[in-house]
Amino acid sequence: MNQRTSERIIEASLFLAALLAIVIVLLILLFLIQEGAPVLVKFGLRDFLLGMNWNPIAIVGEPSYGIFPMVVGSIYIAVGSLILSVPLGVASAVFLIEIAPKWAQAVIRRGIELLVGIPSVVLGFAGLLLLVPLIRDTLGGCGFSILAGSIILAIMALPHIITISADAIADVPSSIKEASLALGATRWQTIRHVTIPSAKSGIAAAVILGMGNSIGETMAVLMVTGNSPILPEPIYNILDPVRTMTANIAIEMNYAAPGNHQQALFATGIILFLMVAILNAVSNTIIRSERVTQR
Amino acid sequence: MKGIISRNTIDKIATLMLWILSGAVLFLPIYIIWYILTNGAGVVNLSFLLESPRLSGAEGGIFPAIVGTLALVTVAILTAVPLGMGAAIYLTSYAPDNAFIRLINFSVEILAGTPSVVIGLFGYAFLVIYLGFGFSILAGGLSLMFMILPWTVRASEEAIKRVSKELSEGSLALGATRWQTIRHVVIPSAMPGITTGVILGIGKAIGETAVIMYTAGSSLLLPRSIFDPVRALPYHLYILASEGISEKMSYGTAVVLLGMILVINLLVVALQHHFGINK
Repeated sequence: MNQRTSERIIEASLFLAALLAIVIVLLILLFLIQEGAPVLVKFGLRDFLLGMNWNPIAIVGEPSYGIFPMVVGSIYIAVGSLILSVPLGVASAVFLIEIAPKWAQAVIRRGIELLVGIPSVVLGFAGLLLLVPLIRDTLGGCGFSILAGSIILAIMALPHIITISADAIADVPSSIKEASLALGATRWQTIRHVTIPSAKSGIAAAVILGMGNSIGETMAVLMVTGNSPILPEPIYNILDPVRTMTANIAIEMNYAAPGNHQQALFATGIILFLMVAILNAVSNTIIRSERVTQR
Repeated sequence: MKGIISRNTIDKIATLMLWILSGAVLFLPIYIIWYILTNGAGVVNLSFLLESPRLSGAEGGIFPAIVGTLALVTVAILTAVPLGMGAAIYLTSYAPDNAFIRLINFSVEILAGTPSVVIGLFGYAFLVIYLGFGFSILAGGLSLMFMILPWTVRASEEAIKRVSKELSEGSLALGATRWQTIRHVVIPSAMPGITTGVILGIGKAIGETAVIMYTAGSSLLLPRSIFDPVRALPYHLYILASEGISEKMSYGTAVVLLGMILVINLLVVALQHHFGINK
């Protein structure tokens, strides 16, 4: 075999490896749709998405497949986690870039790596042992709650929010910060009125990405939120249990019989996939356009 | 003058607050790890590591789950690394800048963001049922591969991009072909970065649960081949904890899982030190 032919073969096989990402994504869509679409067609997307009643194994009457309480549950917990993690994460990012001495930077970066590495099931386990009893004893309710889920997800979201916001803050040109300092502003005034506003689209990207990650997270949430497929009562009661879309799939795949029930879980997967994919795409677009304008 | 004093005070207070908040963020992982290690360390001994579980895991050890995790991760890494590196080499060294390549990059992004439970559903429908692998190491390992593939692609791409242009141009100028240059110049220089990325991938795969729940099965027996089902450590921990089988055994399993992750973390730190990579 001459050199040119072997070069061609190598290039072709590398191309196939690169192609694999597209193939996998298409297969995921294909199988989700094949398994999940029939139930959407049968009961209607509207009734599935906005139906209040999830009762797949009806002992009396007809089974019903409405996932609205779980869509609300996923969004509720994700927003709750952001309310906790964004201020803390942005503060840490500001500290990391603008204030921390070298040694503290190194320590924080290692700490972030450590936090990213903790498996979600271990975090869920820690939440089950520490957080759930703490909430039950101090605030009331059964402990398994929106609040518990939001706190655990906030811990999981923190490292990503810190990393992306820190990148955005580091990208703010030092000339404008120096201008602010030269005009007599203090370091904090500069951070507040110059640095953070200039980094705001990067921070927005971090928030949207955090939202997507939180909606997609399964194990940690599943172990601390109680998983009842109904809306909290009243709706603002963050001590009520709730079930997310991810938990719905993870719990019920265990016993769902093939047919409507299993299809309804795949259909939940379609909605979940689309929500997270859109959030990620928006976040990535912001990050990319930001890099282009910075250069 | 009064105004100046007060804003300097505000500056000091704000700085102090940032120190405290960042300290709190750092405190979180350390506290969680310390809590689990101190509560579970007493459970872990040689017989816990090397015995099979009895009474659904309420007694005995976790040996089959350790084997299960190692088997799944091995399948995932052996498939994800060559494929991910191949894709990264293509995207960095061969790919033209056109719409199709952007579509590949977009797919890598989408795959990286896909919730693990959705990958689990897909693995179940495609590998377990459609391809007939059943609940098995093969189905679970390949599902894990789908999850870590985008990370290996990105980590390899970054490592390759860090190799200086002059180095590869020098090789091309000496008459080496593109592949010879990649093989003998680019890959060796990118290897430390790729290795670090792979080890981080192993860490991700070890801790993952939702992907393998409905692809690898939940058998507590030792597997004989890659077509046998296994229960990995994180799934074992989930079952022990959520079904209230044994708090003691849950702690022990969590310690072993965390121990693996900490070893991975230390390995990465050591490698970055050794090769002088600064993130």
